[in-house]
Amino acid sequence: MLVTFPHMGNAYIAMKSVLEDLGVEVLVPPPCTKRTLELGTKYSPELACLPLKLNIGNYIEAIERGAEVIVMAGGCGPCRFGYYAEVQREILQDLGYSFKMVVLERPQGNVRDFVKKIAIITGGKTVFRVLASIKRATRVAVLMDELERLCWQIRPREKSGGTVSRLMREFHSQALNTRGSVGLAALIGEYKDRISRVETKGNKEVLGIGIVGEIYTVIEPFVNVSIAEKLGDLGAEVDKSITVSYWVINHLIKEALHLHNKNELQEASYPYLRSFVGGHGQESVANTVLYKRRGYDGVIHLLPFTCMPEIVARSVLPEVSHRYGIPVMTLVLDEMTGEAGYMTRLEAFVDLIRRKKEMKGLYGERILSGD
Amino acid sequence: MKPRVGIPRALLYYNYFPLWEVFFKELGAEVVLSGLTNKKILDDGVNCCVDDACLPMKVFHGHIIELKDRVDYLFVPRLISVERNEYICPKFCGLPDMVLNSVKDLPTVIDCTINLRNSSSSLRRAVLDVGRLFTGDYRRIYTAYRKAVLCLESFEGLMEKGATPLEAMKGDYSKAGEYHYSIGLIGHPYNIYDNYMSMRIIDKLRDRGVNVITQDMICSNELDRIARDFSKPMFWSFGKSIMAASRYLIDKRHVKGIIYLVAFGCGLDALVGDLVERRIRKKGIPFCLLTIDEHTGEAGIDTRLEAFIDMLEWGGTAKCW
Repeated sequence: MLVTFPHMGNAYIAMKSVLEDLGVEVLVPPPCTKRTLELGTKYSPELACLPLKLNIGNYIEAIERGAEVIVMAGGCGPCRFGYYAEVQREILQDLGYSFKMVVLERPQGNVRDFVKKIAIITGGKTVFRVLASIKRATRVAVLMDELERLCWQIRPREKSGGTVSRLMREFHSQALNTRGSVGLAALIGEYKDRISRVETKGNKEVLGIGIVGEIYTVIEPFVNVSIAEKLGDLGAEVDKSITVSYWVINHLIKEALHLHNKNELQEASYPYLRSFVGGHGQESVANTVLYKRRGYDGVIHLLPFTCMPEIVARSVLPEVSHRYGIPVMTLVLDEMTGEAGYMTRLEAFVDLIRRKKEMKGLYGERILSGD
Repeated sequence: MKPRVGIPRALLYYNYFPLWEVFFKELGAEVVLSGLTNKKILDDGVNCCVDDACLPMKVFHGHIIELKDRVDYLFVPRLISVERNEYICPKFCGLPDMVLNSVKDLPTVIDCTINLRNSSSSLRRAVLDVGRLFTGDYRRIYTAYRKAVLCLESFEGLMEKGATPLEAMKGDYSKAGEYHYSIGLIGHPYNIYDNYMSMRIIDKLRDRGVNVITQDMICSNELDRIARDFSKPMFWSFGKSIMAASRYLIDKRHVKGIIYLVAFGCGLDALVGDLVERRIRKKGIPFCLLTIDEHTGEAGIDTRLEAFIDMLEWGGTAKCW
């Protein structure tokens, strides 16, 4: 029984880890490409958000390669993500594919149902073993995000451009052939070591750009046209407010146990957005404020076209930007996104905040440009 | 002078206005409604609202602009959830914030939060909070609220007899009478019943001798019963009633066809519409999806409506055509 799941940036590493530790045969769908997107847009509702369409593309490409079971997450609103699985199942069924879809969501009172679903995937492993492998996979997700964070830090400072990105490509191709949490953790460790040894220009001043927005567009490089890489090459150190490990730990584990402490986020977003709006809308506003407090120079807000929670965030962000004096650029992503247009906007944004920083420097002691 | 409370004639106006009106009047306030949606309201809304919001949100912003200089209070409640385990839509959760950050020079905004998702206590608090703006007398607030609820119930009763909300507010259900056959019209109430946005779709259909059944004209208990059979509980209240209504219309009312009116940019309609359409098509019932946005031409909608009705009417005698 070959199990597959949709892509979301580096989330496949954690998924691979948990499933392989349980002895499940895993088929990682091929990385998102133009074809994935074309398949997705062809068969999905026109106005559905981009992640749904790419998921469909992932499923089809995985089923073509022999996947039989699809593992998908669920939710209980108000963001559309919670109903994705229902719509996706209908679409695939109407296309005539044969598959089984297991939707994992927070059990609403019915824990037995949840355990049964897990048993379908794992073939009846004990709950203890499942929990243990979830714990190990969470550790792998944390390590993976540390590796990514290291890349964000090194990239704008490296001496010969492109080394980090080349190493990461190498890493991803090796990760596909590495099995289980132990192997993956070792591989991540090895590359962390190699990347931290990349030669850098020691004391180069870099810009700080925070990336906020809808989780899929923030994490999946195919959708955001590798924004972290591009900004790094433009000389900006990025930070993403949402990562896979953050999502797993806070939304899947802590939320289920009612431990998720949202006070800081609520306090930061309060004057502008005073309520939870689903998805990561409130986080987007709060993190913009927090990035300013932490001394970042600019914020980029990403959302897929028609994303409901982020539209609310988008409508209050100009006010936040104005009040706190932090430049915010919103990029709406859909299947029409052209890379060149996107690049132009990123360059312009980086130039703008670099100049802003320089102007401040003129009256201080340091001028930034010209290395 | 009585305090003037402004209520925009948009969004949930079509579901809750009788309640709001009676409540504020009983508290001694004067209720001021914005005008009927028109070109100016739409344009103002489009100009000040964030671009990728859906059409009804933009219209709502337009109504706020039309009202804001004529009133002392603007009533923009934050309706997160009106039923257990359900939401309305993310944009409704942030509606007051969107308005406050997009429109300048607003009067006092009454933005009480109503969230019945987990418990019903927030309703009581919201009623008291709003009531206290006008009177310190708690008994008066409660009496006003009870009267308002009764009024809402009789309004909903009239709708179940086949009146549109606008007719029901006038207490008139005479137009829900004799017709040749029925078709179902589903979609968000604020799209269907706003005569400017929907381009008088209900009147046009009735003029052709067609009885129109919307989801509000179906007994809500019936809809809840159908909704229990969904493969996954639907967590949007409107999504639930739209989906349940489509099933009810197919199975119980034997409508000749179903029209789904969708606003461009509506997140719910994108998913619910797809699910509904797949089911209706499998049953072989004629289905028409009409998308409206800020530049929809009336002629285009008319042509599609006429074509759809012609198709339904000729369907029975299709062999000779």
